[in-house]
Amino acid sequence: MATGHFIEGIAGGRLSSEQYADNFSDLHPPLDHHEALVESDRCYFCYDAPCMNACPTSIDIPLFIRQIATGNPLGSAKTIFDQNILGGMCARVCPTETLCEEVCVREVAEGKPVQIGRLQRYATDVAMSEGKQFYKRAEPTGKSIAVVGAGPAGLAAAHRLARHGHEVTILEARPKAGGLNEYGIAAYKSVDDFAQAEVDYVTAIGGIDIQNGKALGRDFQLADLMRNYDAVFLGMGLGGVNALRAEGEDADGVANAVEFIAELRQASDLSSLRVGRRVVVIGGGMTAVDAAVQSKLLGAEEVTICYRRGQEHMNASEFEQDLAAANGVTIRHWLQPKRVIAENGKVSAIELEYTAMSGDKLAGTGERLTLVADQVFKAIGQSFVPAHLNGSAEAIELEGGRIKVDAEGRTSLAKVWAGGDCIFGGDDLTVSAVAQGRDAAESIHRALTSNGRA
Amino acid sequence: MADIRNNFIGIKSPNPFWLASAPPTDKAYNVERAFKAGWGGVVWKTLGEEGPPVVNVNGPRYGAIWGADRRLLGLNNIELITDRDLQTNLREMKQVKMNWPDRALIASIMVPCVEESWKAILPLVEETGADGIELNFGCPHGMSERGMGSAVGQVPEYIEMVVRWCKQYTRMPVITKLTPNITDIRKPARAAHAGGTDAVSLINTINSITGVDLDSFAPQPTIDGKGSHGGYCGPAVKPIAMNMVAEIARDPETRGLPISGIGGITTWRDAAEFMALGAGNVQVCTAAMTYGFKIVQEMIAGLENWMDEKGHASLSDIIGRATPNVTDWQYLNLNYVAKAHIDQDACIKCGRCHIACEDTSHQAITSMVDGVRHFEVIEAECVGCNLCVNVCPVEGCITMEPLAAGVVDQRTGKPVSPIYANWTTHPNNPMAKVAAE
Repeated sequence: MATGHFIEGIAGGRLSSEQYADNFSDLHPPLDHHEALVESDRCYFCYDAPCMNACPTSIDIPLFIRQIATGNPLGSAKTIFDQNILGGMCARVCPTETLCEEVCVREVAEGKPVQIGRLQRYATDVAMSEGKQFYKRAEPTGKSIAVVGAGPAGLAAAHRLARHGHEVTILEARPKAGGLNEYGIAAYKSVDDFAQAEVDYVTAIGGIDIQNGKALGRDFQLADLMRNYDAVFLGMGLGGVNALRAEGEDADGVANAVEFIAELRQASDLSSLRVGRRVVVIGGGMTAVDAAVQSKLLGAEEVTICYRRGQEHMNASEFEQDLAAANGVTIRHWLQPKRVIAENGKVSAIELEYTAMSGDKLAGTGERLTLVADQVFKAIGQSFVPAHLNGSAEAIELEGGRIKVDAEGRTSLAKVWAGGDCIFGGDDLTVSAVAQGRDAAESIHRALTSNGRA
Repeated sequence: MADIRNNFIGIKSPNPFWLASAPPTDKAYNVERAFKAGWGGVVWKTLGEEGPPVVNVNGPRYGAIWGADRRLLGLNNIELITDRDLQTNLREMKQVKMNWPDRALIASIMVPCVEESWKAILPLVEETGADGIELNFGCPHGMSERGMGSAVGQVPEYIEMVVRWCKQYTRMPVITKLTPNITDIRKPARAAHAGGTDAVSLINTINSITGVDLDSFAPQPTIDGKGSHGGYCGPAVKPIAMNMVAEIARDPETRGLPISGIGGITTWRDAAEFMALGAGNVQVCTAAMTYGFKIVQEMIAGLENWMDEKGHASLSDIIGRATPNVTDWQYLNLNYVAKAHIDQDACIKCGRCHIACEDTSHQAITSMVDGVRHFEVIEAECVGCNLCVNVCPVEGCITMEPLAAGVVDQRTGKPVSPIYANWTTHPNNPMAKVAAE
């Protein structure tokens, strides 16, 4: 009988338990004490540091690194948390290679930036492992705020609001808090149940009540929140998955990459997860890479990412692309899906069409390619589902299919703010969601307290 | 190929690298290993007079400070002179000298400051065949509390007296090792010279506390909760040592007195610098204690390569070459004008030059030009202080460029004068010897 990756079709138990454990161990193991000192010593403590300016949450990176170098990791953690209370997760999942580390002067000078992400993890790990809480709540304001979604934006907003003395209720559709940190990030980027540990750390400040299993539009309406709370923050992310727009995509074996990733994160036994022998992932972003790499790590024999544009257009960073390649994933460009071929209702292959730029428009060339596949993952982006918002209140203004906000995160509705992936103009990054949640919270605080004075 | 054979006050060694009197030269086992590794000579760890052995602490003897990646920059010790029996040391010295006749073997000696003590030990040392003696007037800890080491070295009259006894009671060349724990290093050097010493060696270690344990509030190194000042050495002390070497080398009263240079010498370059300032050879300790004896191979090859490259045939071509260029501030040319220049291709835009200049100097470096992050020198503000060069992490990125005579200094609005003019003739100097125009 065929074993391992030779098992045809979609199957679990392709690997030994040791292989599963090894494959899904920490992608970037933490720096030890000496490594952290050596690495922190590489920082030049730049004036008006480019790294700090590149960070969406504007963490004072030279300062926190200097605090590590001088043996003050707790002070370092506070410097990080002052700007970004989810600094622990951001240290793990930020594409630092396109943010702080890309502009590090040592990257520019020698192609070897200071490992800012790993240093940030070092400092935040010290504080979190000690359970060190840096913030006390202000005197109660008597104001209560509803936050929709316990993802990065919602948690960041909730923490900042709680600090200011407000009472916060977070309504979360899923059984657990954390949002994409819990459900949407590759397992090897967040080991040891870190997302939940971080939720506990953030909510330990008090005054934050998370209610799970409460979905907007199903269990409550926006109008209810506007009536019952002094302000509302919307941070529910994106609920929809874009369709392939390929014939036969409802065949058995075609799945959403985000669901696959979520399932993997929630699995207690990795061998119970079923994956194809030959997997094709359609898409070019982080989700595509996460799904492809994890398929490979679960024991798939052949994994191919097909992206409809060129390498330079991929949303996945160069690091992510290299990670995929290093794990044996093939990335093919200029291919768009046309037809899912099924046998007995199950995927057996996918037919794709080559593409090319025709002027400034992408167009199929007519030439086709068929890849044998027993599993196809859709990772071509998620979309905002506005239906949940509507019907109960004045319609909220949208832009580009997402919620329109101003610079402070205010929506078109007077008592409603929004942030994270559900707003227009976001860049689908955890760290940006944190910044938006934090800044919206400050805006709410100003609005509820006559310019910050309770 | 450059000839790096060394002849120091008649003591010959195949190279100018000696191991200083210290733990590395405590016994035959270490010294044999050092000679095998290539060291030109050793100064045996200081001998004391016959009697009950010296007692050391049994806790830490060393403290240290570190730079990046725990690179050892400064070492401090509270170890005393040899704690081995005098006869054992003498026997081993004699055997080692017989085994290694081409290497220099010097006996370091520290006995009480009475004539009989010196008169008693000198013949015993002479009998070993040692090439010379070094008088340890330097150790700043422990022995000094008993009237020896730096307690002698800090009193020029004692130095002169002991040197005289030594010259009187032995035919061996005498090297007087000086303590830096004194205000003016020229005074003990002059005293040693007056006593008839053949050479001086310096520096010995500097009184120091390397750290404080902030839990127990005890100085480091800590022995049962207490600490005592120890002797500081290693790369951190090199600038201090070089100045002292130069001070003696250029002092009219001691000019020509041979100097064995000591203090943080770690590489061939350090050694070359000491010799350029007037040292006839060098002694090394901390570098060997940090990396082992093998480092001498880098020193030998590095010195030879540099001398070959520059066309220096022998050590006499380099010894003292920098001494005439060491002068007093008042003789520096005040008409010399230099400006910092930033190589924009080399600049990595860290901005350290800007913030150092902006916060702590002369506001002479931009941070932004036309809305773009850009660091360049504002010549009208630059006083040529060199701080930017020193804080720049990129070697060679910022340089000090002298202005040619006749060029207008944008800071003063005056052309640079081709004439050498110093403070002694400056119009602002009330003591000016010659009135300026």
